[in-house]
Amino acid sequence: MPSPAGEETIEVDLKTPWKAALLAFLIPGAGHIYQGRTGKGILFAVCILGTFFYGLYLGEGRVVYASTTNPVGNPGKFIERWQYACQAAVGLPALPAYMQAWRVESGEKPLFGDNFQRPPYTPQDIATIYRSEDEILEARTDHLTTNLLTKNPDGTDQIVYHANEGSKWQHDHAFYFELGTIYTVIAGLLNVLAIYDAHSGPVMASEDDDKSNKDDENKAQGHGKS
Amino acid sequence: MTPFLLLTTLLPLAEVNRLWYSLPLLVSISLVYSATRHELMAPILRNAAWFAFWTMVVMVGVGALLQFMLSFIR
Repeated sequence: MPSPAGEETIEVDLKTPWKAALLAFLIPGAGHIYQGRTGKGILFAVCILGTFFYGLYLGEGRVVYASTTNPVGNPGKFIERWQYACQAAVGLPALPAYMQAWRVESGEKPLFGDNFQRPPYTPQDIATIYRSEDEILEARTDHLTTNLLTKNPDGTDQIVYHANEGSKWQHDHAFYFELGTIYTVIAGLLNVLAIYDAHSGPVMASEDDDKSNKDDENKAQGHGKS
Repeated sequence: MTPFLLLTTLLPLAEVNRLWYSLPLLVSISLVYSATRHELMAPILRNAAWFAFWTMVVMVGVGALLQFMLSFIR
């Protein structure tokens, strides 16, 4: 397809657009690399994944996985952490959070240990996930002492109790939790643009071409605006 | 006080300023947005620089407007 008018008039082979879009969703930039648009693919990958992982780093790895439930099972609760709808557009790096939230909501232990991209626990989660009485007791003690409690880092005695683990994450990381959330949300939204580009080519190409073609036609016919 | 010395006195202030966090976002958004409008790297970079410049102008303008409005509240 033709590219924007002006200095670049090159043909872009989009190959199989839906396949490119799917790849671009799963790994930002992969769709473009599949199409042979390597430079753009690397640019998208670096910018989008860089933004996403920097946001994740700022939020100490919690901002994407703070989603409390799946949107299918409990849409009302999902709205509490609506940002995940945007973060999920980054694809594979964000999708484990959905799977883990689904498992915890279904009363299953999260996969790959207790700390891999899992949602924040509630006391009800502890009761449903752990089967034996001993396991529940141990998990509840652990939950109360580590998941719901914040001590002052300077060693003073002030203790903050949190209603749930999600509140503790927000409290402990404070400004950086919000900042990390913004970074990861923007990364997801940027990947929507990249997916569209992989599927249909440069987004303004046809409009630019149409406009410049019409301008050229008008000038040629003597109707051009001064 | 030389300009350099003046600059070094402002450095600690610059380090703690949270607005620095907007710069990586500005770069990333400019590049990705421009890449969806062009196909070759040179126009992408040119458009990204232009986009980033105008975004900065708008941000500084909005910031100045907010600061101006704040002066009425104080």
